[in-house]
Amino acid sequence: MTAIGAGPPADVPAVRCTGLRQAFGDTVAVDGIDLEVRPGEVFGLLGPNGAGKTTTIRMITTLLPAPPGAIEVFGIDVARRRSAVRRLLGYVPQQLSADGTLSGRENVALFARLFDVPRRDRDAQVDAVLTAVDLLDVADRQVKTYSGGMVRRLELAQALVSAPRVLVLDEPTVGLDPVARDGVWDRITDIRLATGMTVLVTTHAMQEADAQCDRIALMHRGRVQALGTPADLRGALGPDATLDDVFRHHTGDTLADRSGGLRDVRAARRTAGRLG
Amino acid sequence: MSVLPVAPPAASAEDPGPLGTLATAARRVATMCLVELQRLRHDRSELVTRAVQPALWLLVFGQVFTRIHAIPTGDTPYLDFLAPGILAQSALFIAIFYGIQIIWERDAGVLSKLLVTPTPRMALVTAKAFAAGVRAVAQAVVVLLLALVLGVALSPNPLHWLGVVVALLLGSAFFCCLSITIAGLVLSRDRLMGIGQAITMPLFFASNALYPVELMPGWLQVINHVNPLSYEVEALRGLLIGTPARLWLDFAVLLLAAAAMITIASSLLPRLVRG
Repeated sequence: MTAIGAGPPADVPAVRCTGLRQAFGDTVAVDGIDLEVRPGEVFGLLGPNGAGKTTTIRMITTLLPAPPGAIEVFGIDVARRRSAVRRLLGYVPQQLSADGTLSGRENVALFARLFDVPRRDRDAQVDAVLTAVDLLDVADRQVKTYSGGMVRRLELAQALVSAPRVLVLDEPTVGLDPVARDGVWDRITDIRLATGMTVLVTTHAMQEADAQCDRIALMHRGRVQALGTPADLRGALGPDATLDDVFRHHTGDTLADRSGGLRDVRAARRTAGRLG
Repeated sequence: MSVLPVAPPAASAEDPGPLGTLATAARRVATMCLVELQRLRHDRSELVTRAVQPALWLLVFGQVFTRIHAIPTGDTPYLDFLAPGILAQSALFIAIFYGIQIIWERDAGVLSKLLVTPTPRMALVTAKAFAAGVRAVAQAVVVLLLALVLGVALSPNPLHWLGVVVALLLGSAFFCCLSITIAGLVLSRDRLMGIGQAITMPLFFASNALYPVELMPGWLQVINHVNPLSYEVEALRGLLIGTPARLWLDFAVLLLAAAAMITIASSLLPRLVRG
């Protein structure tokens, strides 16, 4: 894992957010965020439900509108060139989103087609990503027979088949058991090492963030409260501090009140239910 | 790992021009239709279960009303007159619940994932609309086989059958997008289910599917004239059993109605994603 400052900063950030803001009625979900994700790093967005992580991700991935100049992906303005930005992104949403009726191979091939992977390369590319996530042997089975961890790895394959430059993962291990969780992260690490791709991930899991992320932005009430490597963030609090302590320190006593709306809870439960 | 596809440089991510966008839309429609066929291949039982209702209409309603001659259809046996109507009804029932599917896709994260692909919103909705059409055509094969078994005299002209496929595709595209539009307004599966059930039967009964237009009371004839299902039935009836039909008008209405509803449904897609 590359530590912060270990390499020279690249000229063009993988993702740059400048004064990013989003409000839904009177509720301000994202309140003036400035962020730079460096090419090739694993960047974690941490925070309680309702902190603004998912809204930020949805704006970066073009699912919510962003004002011109507020977000750039490899220098391309998300507001002006949405389609071009989408070609650079691989996105895995929080929910289990693979089609259970189709086979694993058909699920991945669908996204190869949606990203216009040329016909002559398509089969090889689908096989390559299925191999990378260790699902080639079961690729022709219907996805409804897969375990939760296998479905998550399949979704990684769907996101990777277009060779994205930024992989965006929204709570990728929610509801998974520890073994499946490790399996997902092992694949992400291998793929990142092989391709040099940037990973932007949201998570609640502090241990996971500590182990997997090069840098972390801790969000609370729509703002970035702390930014740095896990070691920097821990070190700033004290020699024995954990990332959990950092989380509590920055989110304060309001954590219980900010545990997300009914829809968040329902979505998380639905995902956990489908994972079994 | 070395076989993994390598990311292209950012500079290669150019926006396509208008022609490129049109070509993208055509490819997305083909992709979604292919996926719909793959789903059908994996779950053929749905073709059978969905055939039960049209089979009952043909076997029970059609045969009884043919015998009692309650509905005057001239020289055409009532069962022959009814078969295209039931075909359109079967397609309507499939398409009108696609809104529920899109709400499920929103809740399951599928819609978000599709919208983060380089697919224009309108292309995605058009692709969904024609995927509904593909399913309707697959269902139509079952209904038409049943009609043949019951002795309905269907046209042997392959061009007529091609016209049937186009009419079913356009009709299904319209009703699928009507359903997606309602989904974009009500945003919940339960409400959409209620509205879907509330409008499906009135659409069916306020059309020429079961009885000739001349038998309808004046107010129903007015509704019939603005109901795209009637134009679909008229085209299907003209093509399949040779009754008089204004095919140019029928196809023009279906095409315009489908295009308008695709546009409206596309404009509501962002609301659906946010909702």
